Amino acid sequence: MPGITGKDQVLSTYADKLSVLDAPKGRSLTQDALRRLTRNKAAVLSIGMLVLIVLVAFIGPYFVPWGYSEVDWSNIRKPPNFEAQHYLGTDQNGRDMLARVLQGTQMSLIVAAVATLVSVFIGVIYGAVAGYFGGRVDAIMMRIVDVMYALPYILFVIILVVMFGRNPVLLFVGIGAIEWLTMARIVRGQTLTLKEREFVEAARASGAKPFTIILRHIVPNLTGPVVIYATLTIPEIIIAESFLSYLGLGVQEPQTSLGTLISAGAPVAEVMPWLLLAPAAVLVTMLFCLTYVGDGLRDALDPKDR
Amino acid sequence: MALLEVKNLKVDFETNDGVVHAVRDLSYTLEKGKTLAIVGESGSGKTQGAFALMGLLPKNGRATGSVRFDGKEILNLPLRQINEYRAARIGIIFQDPMTSLNPYLRISRQMTEVLERHKGMNHSQALAESVRFLDAVRIPDAKNRVHMYPHEFSGGMRQRVMIAMSLLCGPELLIADEPTTALDVTVQAEIIDLLVDLQEDFGASIILITHDLGIVAGTCEDTLVMFNGEVMEYRKTDELFANPNHPYTQGLLSAVPRLDKKVERLSTVSYEFMAGAHKA
Amino acid sequence: MSEKDVILEVRNLSVHFDIPTGGLFGGHKVLKAVKDVSFDLHAGETLGIVGESGCGKSTLSRAIIRLIHATEGESLWMGKDILKMSPKELIGLRKDIQMIFQDPLASLNPRMTAGAIIAEPLKIHYPEVTKAERTVRVAEMMEKVGLTANMINKYPHEFSGGQCQRIGIARALITRPKLIVCDEAVSALDVSVQAQVINLLMDLQKEFGVSLLFIAHDIAVVRHIAQRIMVLYFGEVVEIGESEQVVMEPRHDYTKKLIASVPVPDPKEEMKRREERRRLRREAAAAAA
Repeated sequence: MPGITGKDQVLSTYADKLSVLDAPKGRSLTQDALRRLTRNKAAVLSIGMLVLIVLVAFIGPYFVPWGYSEVDWSNIRKPPNFEAQHYLGTDQNGRDMLARVLQGTQMSLIVAAVATLVSVFIGVIYGAVAGYFGGRVDAIMMRIVDVMYALPYILFVIILVVMFGRNPVLLFVGIGAIEWLTMARIVRGQTLTLKEREFVEAARASGAKPFTIILRHIVPNLTGPVVIYATLTIPEIIIAESFLSYLGLGVQEPQTSLGTLISAGAPVAEVMPWLLLAPAAVLVTMLFCLTYVGDGLRDALDPKDR
Repeated sequence: MALLEVKNLKVDFETNDGVVHAVRDLSYTLEKGKTLAIVGESGSGKTQGAFALMGLLPKNGRATGSVRFDGKEILNLPLRQINEYRAARIGIIFQDPMTSLNPYLRISRQMTEVLERHKGMNHSQALAESVRFLDAVRIPDAKNRVHMYPHEFSGGMRQRVMIAMSLLCGPELLIADEPTTALDVTVQAEIIDLLVDLQEDFGASIILITHDLGIVAGTCEDTLVMFNGEVMEYRKTDELFANPNHPYTQGLLSAVPRLDKKVERLSTVSYEFMAGAHKA
Repeated sequence: MSEKDVILEVRNLSVHFDIPTGGLFGGHKVLKAVKDVSFDLHAGETLGIVGESGCGKSTLSRAIIRLIHATEGESLWMGKDILKMSPKELIGLRKDIQMIFQDPLASLNPRMTAGAIIAEPLKIHYPEVTKAERTVRVAEMMEKVGLTANMINKYPHEFSGGQCQRIGIARALITRPKLIVCDEAVSALDVSVQAQVINLLMDLQKEFGVSLLFIAHDIAVVRHIAQRIMVLYFGEVVEIGESEQVVMEPRHDYTKKLIASVPVPDPKEEMKRREERRRLRREAAAAAA
């Protein structure tokens, strides 16, 4: 290729020009989308609320006088009592509810975050590969997904518990193992559409290898649907975690999660309502906010859908 | 009295990024039985001007000025009143025949519906009339084809069906918005020739909106050239082609490769050049 | 290499598609999109391929460079059959044969900057080029196609249609290919922008000595830019020859109809041509009866 050694006069001229070139940054699609998102008041409020919940959940415990497993023998089963600094009351074992709710929220958030990341990572790669290669590869990969979909979820989790014993890590595996399936299906569908687009054809005409095309052209253009779907399934994950913990398969004492707290508070709701109300309020607020954020993202990322 | 008088029509759109002036100051007159071509590239405002006439602007569009049809002001009429004009007195043919025909209904149903509503015919009368019109637009075997669905027709035939439907109620004015842009060039020629013949037979006035100066040359008596919402030239077609006044028209004419003349290099009309140009 | 050297020889190329027709027993019929097409292309030449929608011209162009699968025939590039090349040879081929697409915006990845888009073929075929040198080459190419180099960080949606097409042209030229396939490269552009891009392509062809396979449905455009024209009708070559001859003295009925249908911006001329079209229509109707 001419001039590639850098001794070309033309190149030197341009190199000089480039050093004084002030090329302004462009306005990417992501920036456009963020701009549209910030105009959506409900979504912005919800994001603010969620950030607040996260901050309080992780920093709050340092400001609360009681630990989440600390027993206060003189205040068992007591309703909210500001003098004794039990702002949300105590449970049947005399542990401070505020501390427990904070710790439960932490646990639920961690589970949701990790499970989402796992499902996105596996689901996107799996779905993009299946969708791009098509044909037999796609058929086999999707049949595997179909089979796993058909397996009874609870049976699968129980088998895991039997094999590995009770373990919060199992929780992530169990939930992640289910969520990636739907993500893979969605990503595969999007990939099928994307690979017909002209810029993908242009990449093939330029000689790009399949994996380069998948990583450089397909995956970045998947962010819209993936982000939206991930946001809208976090509620599902939290509820699944609550369900598993309710069954006793997830988080173990003295650690707790929102689900465990709710399941412990439900049977005694008439007598000790404060045990149920606090965690339930947090859970419901989080789910509402996530839904608004998911809707806002969908509108921001594809305004034509409105 | 002229059939259509448009005076100082202005169309603005409210968008997130501010106001867009699609049409700045459009004025023209159309006599009964005459044809007018409105020529412009994308963004010139030619389509928005016609849509404003018919009350077809989207919610964020605002039209001001005057549009008098047969002596009566029709701009910005409320829906019920403008509907009296639509189909019955002013017909419109859109660019993409596939999206303007209902894919779930047979052609017969779509056509008889119009006749039954606007001309009060009963079903068998309406069907006979529909077949007559399909024959007029040269659809072969119209008697049987009338019962088919839109997707069973080719693009060119669908556009003929659209033309037939627009003529059903005998409108005095027909607005054709880029009727052939989506069609192949041989089909385009057939459709344009058809429009010319029909215009002679039915005596309707036609406004032909297009970006193609070639199809204007043999079809319309007057031509109006638009750029950026403004009128650049508005003259008799023969004179315009023989002696284009405005540099934009000149540029447009020499930018198109022509079969009858061979040039070394096409001339180009750039927006920078246009920014400094004045109206003719 | 002399001007008249043949660089591409297409021999009896056919592309058939299997269309499932539904039906209880899974019947299918064969759609013959391209039937037995043969032609030559010389170095530095522009060959125009003209036809209307459905004639197979896009299918043909993609089959020639093996972007889609050809059912039969040969496509010889400098003597070697493209359709039988190994994957490694095929990647090397992509350095020498490039493509420009119809929809200017859709042919660019909306998430990449103009600079990254243009640099991609360079990255693929010359990985040893440093990033700085790549940037310089991209800037040089942008100036050559009429864009200002400081737009290098902008995204496709920030450009107009004509500018997007220029980006596509820059991307096609960056590896100095010997052949560029232009698939309806100007059909989606406004008249004035179309003229600019046509002029640009012709200038670049002179400067780089690249051959062009120019596919379009507008025979007037093709006649302007190409030295030879090939007319396709339902997947078959109905006429091929020097541009002037094909346009002035068409031999095949379809070519005659095609040329008579192209609108000419001259009122008197158009009246004559309308009569000619009516005459052709009457003849066709009489022949069918």
